[in-house]
Amino acid sequence: MEFLRATSWSDAVSIKAERPAALPIAGGTDVMVEINFDRRRPEAMLDLNPVADLREWDRDDGRVVIGAGVPYTRLIDELGADLPGLAMASRTVGSPQIRNRGTLGGNLGSASPAGDTHPVLLALDATVEASSVRGSRSIAIDDFYLGVKKSALAPDELIRSVRVPVGTGPCHFAKIGTRNAMVIAVCSFAVALQVSGRGVRTGIGSAAPTPRRAPEAETFAASELDWSGRGPLTDAVARRFGDLAAAAAVPINDVRGTAAYRRHAVAVLARRTLAWAWEEYRACA
Amino acid sequence: MRVNVTVNGEKRQVDDVWEGESLLYVLRERMGLPGSKNACEQGECGSCTVYLDGETVCACLVAAGQAEGREVVTVEGLGTPEELDPVQQAFLDAGAVQCGFCTPGLIVATHELLARDPHPSTVDVREALAGNLCRCTGYEAIIDAVHLAAGRMAAP
Repeated sequence: MEFLRATSWSDAVSIKAERPAALPIAGGTDVMVEINFDRRRPEAMLDLNPVADLREWDRDDGRVVIGAGVPYTRLIDELGADLPGLAMASRTVGSPQIRNRGTLGGNLGSASPAGDTHPVLLALDATVEASSVRGSRSIAIDDFYLGVKKSALAPDELIRSVRVPVGTGPCHFAKIGTRNAMVIAVCSFAVALQVSGRGVRTGIGSAAPTPRRAPEAETFAASELDWSGRGPLTDAVARRFGDLAAAAAVPINDVRGTAAYRRHAVAVLARRTLAWAWEEYRACA
Repeated sequence: MRVNVTVNGEKRQVDDVWEGESLLYVLRERMGLPGSKNACEQGECGSCTVYLDGETVCACLVAAGQAEGREVVTVEGLGTPEELDPVQQAFLDAGAVQCGFCTPGLIVATHELLARDPHPSTVDVREALAGNLCRCTGYEAIIDAVHLAAGRMAAP
């Protein structure tokens, strides 16, 4: 194995072009587990820690542009007001030690169906900025997840940043696990209200081969919610929304839970998060 | 490969480091600093908690090469046998140490917590130590130790 150290972003992109099999490592919270347990022996690791640009975030035209190397701790501390849903998901990641190291770009790069930020990024209609020596491109989050731990990144591409719209409306996230800390999600769910267009977007985690939306639940909620009158969320709408969300899940039985439990839990989390989001919308009248 | 890293204030250089090696392995096996414990090797247990450039991390999940040029503080750097850190003393006095395997990680995590928040509530203590597993104590004595250390460190 070789250890390749990128000293700048252009350096990182050129190394990745020359050595597409080099495994990028940032926080190491996924990569090092695989190496420690001999599950993966990449021919090289590409250390992105020295690339300072990746640890920055900025505001740009109604969006926050988050460098791929920003760790969860800083998503919570610095972006909690702009992106409370993303901060909420970040708080459920691992432990303080893991949140200090693990990064948003790493969560995307690993593309685990159980990654905690995915449902929120789906619900908020984020865009992944990928770069290579060939240039940069924006990948809509809807097109990013291709399979279990498979993403739309080309072998020579690296994730530069993630663009997330801000101020579009309430966004909530919930996750099921056996305890509050240190758990991989049994399942998770995020919902975002897009107030100006009266739309609803969702994200389901850990209940399908990839993180995915629940389009029928979204369409249903968008048409049934009382946007103008800001009336309460009725039990019937909440339940139907939950059922449609569960119908979009394709869970499996595994050590963390059964498919039947996951489907049930997705329904519960969906109606719960929609209720929180809707109450926040009503309170902002 | 060669790795240069400052550990507990001292510049260290180690050679023949395997590229896939963790910082934890380097500390324990190449530098003779066995305080940081190797238990789960997957970031679940917190026994290998160290400071990396002032932030607590699991040393088992830091690639050795990622520590190049950086500053690491391990449990060995917090006190001396003659003069224990107040957190270490409080763990002893509160009976927060049984088998002792989780203790170094808990000491470092507590040290960081009290530097950031000198008077944490019990809920905050539980949250801050959520990444450190102890299979002996049931945690109550550990939480007592944190409060004991906080009280002593605040005393004039």
